[in-house]
Amino acid sequence: MLTFIAKRLVSAVGLVLLVTFVTFALVFSNGMAIARTLLGNSVSEAEVVAKYRDLGLDQPVVQQYGQWLGAALTGNLGRSYVSGEVVAEAIMTRLPVTLTLVLLTLLFALVISVGLGVAAAVKGGWVDRVLQVVSVVGGAIPQFIVAVFLVVTFAVTWRLLPATGYVSPDVDPVMWALSLVLPVTAILVGAAASGSIQIRGRMLDELRKEYVATLRTRGISERSVLFKHALRNAAGPGLIGMGILAIGMLGGSVLIERVFALPGLGMLANTSTVSGDIPMLMACVLFTILVVVVINLVIDLLLGVLNPKVRL
Amino acid sequence: MSVESIVAASFPGVPAEPDDAYPKQVPVLRRLLANPIAVACLVFLLGVVLFGIVGPFVLTNDPADARLELTNAPPGTGGYLLGGDHAGRDIFSRLAVGTGESVICALIVLAVAAGIGITAGLIGGYYGGKFEAVASWLADALMAMPGIILLMAIFPLIGPNIRLAMAVFGVIISPAFYRLTRAMTLTVRNELYVDAAKIAGLSDARIIGKHVLNAVRGPLLIMSGGILGAGIGIQAALEYLGLGDPSRPSWGVMMQDGFNNMYATLLPIVWPALLMALTIVSLVLLGNALRDAFETSASQSLQLTPATVARLRAERAADPAAVSAPPKGAPAETAADLLQVHHLTIAYPTSGDTVRAVVSDVSLGVHKGEVHGIVGESGSGKSQTSFAILGILAPTARILSGEVLFDGRDLLTDPTWQRQVRGRRIGYIPQEPMANLDPSFTVGAQLNEGLREATGVSKAEAKATLLALLARVGIKDPQRTYDSYPHQISGGMAQRVLIAGAIAPDPDFLVADEPTTALDVTVQAEVLELLRELQAERGLGMILVTHNFGVVADLCDRVSVMKDGRIVESNTTEELFANPQDDYTRMLLSATLDAAPLRRPLGQEGV
Repeated sequence: MLTFIAKRLVSAVGLVLLVTFVTFALVFSNGMAIARTLLGNSVSEAEVVAKYRDLGLDQPVVQQYGQWLGAALTGNLGRSYVSGEVVAEAIMTRLPVTLTLVLLTLLFALVISVGLGVAAAVKGGWVDRVLQVVSVVGGAIPQFIVAVFLVVTFAVTWRLLPATGYVSPDVDPVMWALSLVLPVTAILVGAAASGSIQIRGRMLDELRKEYVATLRTRGISERSVLFKHALRNAAGPGLIGMGILAIGMLGGSVLIERVFALPGLGMLANTSTVSGDIPMLMACVLFTILVVVVINLVIDLLLGVLNPKVRL
Repeated sequence: MSVESIVAASFPGVPAEPDDAYPKQVPVLRRLLANPIAVACLVFLLGVVLFGIVGPFVLTNDPADARLELTNAPPGTGGYLLGGDHAGRDIFSRLAVGTGESVICALIVLAVAAGIGITAGLIGGYYGGKFEAVASWLADALMAMPGIILLMAIFPLIGPNIRLAMAVFGVIISPAFYRLTRAMTLTVRNELYVDAAKIAGLSDARIIGKHVLNAVRGPLLIMSGGILGAGIGIQAALEYLGLGDPSRPSWGVMMQDGFNNMYATLLPIVWPALLMALTIVSLVLLGNALRDAFETSASQSLQLTPATVARLRAERAADPAAVSAPPKGAPAETAADLLQVHHLTIAYPTSGDTVRAVVSDVSLGVHKGEVHGIVGESGSGKSQTSFAILGILAPTARILSGEVLFDGRDLLTDPTWQRQVRGRRIGYIPQEPMANLDPSFTVGAQLNEGLREATGVSKAEAKATLLALLARVGIKDPQRTYDSYPHQISGGMAQRVLIAGAIAPDPDFLVADEPTTALDVTVQAEVLELLRELQAERGLGMILVTHNFGVVADLCDRVSVMKDGRIVESNTTEELFANPQDDYTRMLLSATLDAAPLRRPLGQEGV
């Protein structure tokens, strides 16, 4: 188990380095453009060059990456080009919002996927056919289109729920929960649709296996056969699917945060991109890949718990 | 849905049916056009493309023309077919221009992704080696990061150039094509006909072009629908986030404008959102329809309605031809006091209202303490008969006639009786020991659960019984095996474990389905010996399914020979060996005799 975790950790670190380096190299390959975006169109070429030098953008990219990485390891992600804010602090106030959004959705998606997926696999018939159609349509429509329809229906037409704005749970837990209903639902529709069709497939695969029949011949109850044995074996591949879903959710959260004006990581990345605030943008990239890596590590550990072969 | 989940959704199932992808062009197209959903999607998509390509040239209103008096105008006013937006511009014209841009962007994504992914997938799958290792690693790395974040990160580099951004997105999403192509190429590469083509001297390029591409193009076409949809989604997303060219109308920009203005009027946001949702759903539904068209009807799981089953049963009952000729020899079914199978017919659906019978009008009986062998080739229905007794037929199987009486009560129509005897009085020893143990639980845990369920004893009592039994079935270190996971023990051990599991609740009847076929020859003899001992020790009635007359001679008191779902001959073992009545029995026996001298039942050497 320890070597298994160690291997996973090494590949996770490799992935973080690769993604941050490639992004860094691309972004910083044109330092003059960064300086020009920051200063706008009304300044002279000389001022742009001065800014370019001032920010250290004239140094080789690899050297700049080394400095950035070294500082990042000590928790220093620099200061915003635009507001002068400390980047690490800005990230720490935004990260909880995105994490809440993604983890809440993941939790609901898991529960709904297992419920619907198992029901469709076991019952078959119309339950199964309805799920297949719903999952194709629900899984295909982009999250932000779902978000737009939700806002139009529940916030603008019926005025049941707040369309935008985020309330910190410290300020008002009820408003906090209400402000998350529509964003979570917007991501959940697609996630639960793809999740349940995956669980359905895995369950069907398991139920066709011989050990299931053998368990039945020992007089073991159908409930135990389904939920203790078949579902547990189906859970491994299902978890891997959840990992892919989580990556999709992180990407989708950028748009969802924008639609619902949630002050999360995605929103920060969006404003930083438009304003040319590169240190902030790099930090957003770093934390996104860190979240991906952590989620995948957790899934790997769960797989180890579920599957005795991995544990060796 | 996000890009990543579209890719994920396109995967499951597709690489699993490479056989369905072989060229069937004309039938596939015809089958596709026979599907009304597919036709509707095709027509709609064609309309969208025409609207986007031809629309901008025939527009009467300039999409950038702001007429303040038509701000938020309802549809139809002032020549604005779909109304005006917050700046008094024609929504219809803007939609047409935006649609054209979306079509172009989606095609750019598809071209780049397919170009890179398919090429790399063919090379990686066909040649393997270092290229494959590096490409697969890169593909994993690309898939680990949300595409939209990467696109945002390079925005400072490429600026508001949406077509270039789409090309980059094509690179980001190319692992989808790469993985699919590589997986399918690997499958095809290992096919015998590719080896034959190589030996025939065909160049690699020709093999890839002719055989491999033929096999992979179906799934690739299906995936393309999802990729086009993803491209449209991501383009609109970027425009919505303000990372496109704000001066050009596009679906994303229109939605952003409409969103900022939604408390005044909803139409400017509903039109592009609706058009986009319908377009993406059409693409995905078309992909699904295409997949159905590629698949043959046999691969779909067929379910018969209860009414159909009732009709088929009535037809069968009225059909005199359905009754088999009585088996030759001396069947003993009527006098049997433990298990009686009467006129059992099992069928599987071949379409919505036709079936194929795998077991036809089978009758047999087993006395207490008697071992009844069922012999026949694979597919003769012998396993299906034993599954019916155990109540573990596949969900699509239907009983068209007959009953299975255990102690005089029918197991097929009486689920309560089925529950009362299964595991408690009837035990099952399967063919493939490894496949019949749950891989996630220790041997002890799964046996213990069954024994507790069957007898209601405590966990500790069950464990004590099982440890003793594991020792009895010849396992040297029972405690260690009890704590092992199935993958940690050998096939022979696994079969002993399953035998222990079957006899643990002290049943009076066993069904053994080819219990030694999957084992090594030396282990086979040991397991047979064990079965014989246990049977004698406990006075077990038993049905022993096998294709091996040696096993029959070793263990069975009676034997029935099955062919094409029917019992052709049934007799005592001695009589059947000495005096076979049916041609088929004689043929099977002589086949055995040709291979090796026939083993006589023990204690009858020299008879």
